[in-house]
Amino acid sequence: MTLVAVFFYLFAILCVVAGAGVILARNPVHAVLSLILAFFNAAGLFVLLGAEFLAMLLVIVYVGAVAVLFLFVVMMLDVDFAELKAGFIKNAPFGLLVAGVVLAELIVLFAFRDLSLGAAGVGAVSSPVPDVNSGISNVDALGRLIYTKYAFFFQVSGLILLVAMIGAIVLTLRHKTGVKRQSISEQVSRNPKDAVEVVKVPSGGAVIPSVEGQ
Amino acid sequence: MSELANISAIAPEIVLAIGAMALLMAGAFSSKTASVSTDQIVETQHESGMIWAGIAVLALACALIFTLPSESQLIFGGALVVDSFSQFMKVLILIAGIGGLILSFDYLEGKGLSKFEYPVLVLLSCAGMLLMVSANDLISLYLALELSSLPLYILAAFHRDNLRSSEAGLKYFVLGALSSGMLLYGASLIYGFTGSTAFSEIAKVPALQDGVLNVGLIFGLVFLLVGLAFKVSAVPFHMWTPDVYEGAPTPVTAFFAAAPKLAAMALLMRVLGGAFSGLSDQWQQIIIFVSIASMVLGAVAAIGQNNIKRMMAYSSIGHVGFALVGVAANSQDGAQATLVYLAIYLAMTLGVFAGILAMRRHDLLVEDIDGLSGLAQNNLPLASGIAILMFSLAGLPPLAGFIGKLYVFSAAIEAGLYPLAIIGVLASVIAAYYYLRVVKVMFFDEPKEKFSPVHGKLSLIMGAAVIFIIGFMVVPSPLVQAATDAAKSLSFLK
Repeated sequence: MTLVAVFFYLFAILCVVAGAGVILARNPVHAVLSLILAFFNAAGLFVLLGAEFLAMLLVIVYVGAVAVLFLFVVMMLDVDFAELKAGFIKNAPFGLLVAGVVLAELIVLFAFRDLSLGAAGVGAVSSPVPDVNSGISNVDALGRLIYTKYAFFFQVSGLILLVAMIGAIVLTLRHKTGVKRQSISEQVSRNPKDAVEVVKVPSGGAVIPSVEGQ
Repeated sequence: MSELANISAIAPEIVLAIGAMALLMAGAFSSKTASVSTDQIVETQHESGMIWAGIAVLALACALIFTLPSESQLIFGGALVVDSFSQFMKVLILIAGIGGLILSFDYLEGKGLSKFEYPVLVLLSCAGMLLMVSANDLISLYLALELSSLPLYILAAFHRDNLRSSEAGLKYFVLGALSSGMLLYGASLIYGFTGSTAFSEIAKVPALQDGVLNVGLIFGLVFLLVGLAFKVSAVPFHMWTPDVYEGAPTPVTAFFAAAPKLAAMALLMRVLGGAFSGLSDQWQQIIIFVSIASMVLGAVAAIGQNNIKRMMAYSSIGHVGFALVGVAANSQDGAQATLVYLAIYLAMTLGVFAGILAMRRHDLLVEDIDGLSGLAQNNLPLASGIAILMFSLAGLPPLAGFIGKLYVFSAAIEAGLYPLAIIGVLASVIAAYYYLRVVKVMFFDEPKEKFSPVHGKLSLIMGAAVIFIIGFMVVPSPLVQAATDAAKSLSFLK
């Protein structure tokens, strides 16, 4: 058990540190790299919980696809981060004030239960973590739930993704006219007979080539 | 297969989803040929055919709702519930969808925005809203909310070459994402403190344990309410409304003002009454505050507006406040009053937006209120139609708007919420000023240039709205009876 606890604190502390790194790093590329580190540590926490499938998904989807995409965007976009930071500094006092008020409220509510504000712990239900050694693998268990009990949620999620796709197309696709595109079939079906024209050049004269197909 | 036993109860939603996908396929595969042919007229006819098909799908879904039995049924293991309350709201939402599509024909063609995706997005959004009304579980609540909101963000930015439209879409999207985040945080707290996502299980967790309040649950409820208040654009989460309403294409604004508010109000009623009936003392305070703030801000902030779409945005904030009065009453009478109010609000909103779309000069919409001067001399039927709708929005007796307000305020008084009712009456008196200003400008100011003639479809919608408003004061019983039946199915209310 202690080994698990050691790893839990290792992953948890690294995750928090990396999370802080995301918002504190001066260089946006470093921020994204910290984000990737945070994802890896969160995946480690999932492994400790016995949710290997979620851990794999986190690594493959978030690290492999999303974070790398972020990295590309950050590198490609010419965003003046110094200017963004200036705005951040300007609004920081107000943000800190709001954060401080919320934090104070949370502390009052959750820590000082004697202030007759009620106990936060009342009614808390221990998280329904399933038995890890039940003999059913993660994927098996997820599959059994998603395609039976939660089939409706699964279908609606599919519709939401469809909407996202339609939206991306509607808002960005432009049918440009007059763009010269490569047409493989046209290239392949070309033959020397109509591609090459043999003309007799009269001496001292010039030949204006006949333009075909236009 | 037990999960699919009574799947026919959500046939309307299935019809909408399949219809949307079929239209998407039809549009994607036929528009290729349309873009090759340079004949512009053929293309627009094709697109308006898509809108007609969208209207047909919505009408079919609406007809299917009437075939459903009125007793309450649970579907998908309690994820959804279909009862007469949900049927009532679904019919209203589908009417809003049909109205929104009919209003958009000429506008989209005029702006060169006829794309087949428009009706598809409206259909998918309507499907999400119908699911919202039926949601009986935190997961279905969230998924339905997202399914209904995402198409709305896209529709707000549909006029993508227009800066204001893009700004409206982006603003709506970012703030909508923020509110979704709050809602999810609240949902996670509720799940953590109850151990279930189903409304019926959440309702079983007592608010008081050993004499102390379940603070964690209340925290979750507050965050959930923040998310929902954003969706109905109630004060203090209304900031996005005027900008989005002004920037979005006008028929889209009409749809925004009608359908999503109805769906979110229905969801609010079911969450508060169904899942948190034990915490009614707590959420009643919140709803009373939100309601008063919305009514007052809707009345005061609209006075200084000169753009009629912005004015209607503040007006819709105010009307949400009035509808919330009935929710605050926490009784069956209150629920019935809210339902009647929402139905009347729907008719008035669609009618007014048809009027706004009809007021054009040189084929441009007249959005400034000052620009409407002398409409009565140019087009008396249009001006008098708008005047009747404005009188009804202001709540002048004996029009439908007045009767709706009467219902919600009497429900509040029966529940002993006297301050709420008094402030509501005062707010509606203040609000009457700016509605009457529009009438004054139309009838008594110097006429300017002539207005363009009105399209037939717009006058159809406006005529229907005016007939409904006048007809309701003559024969109110069908709607009131339906609302009473619907409120009765919310059995958790007193």
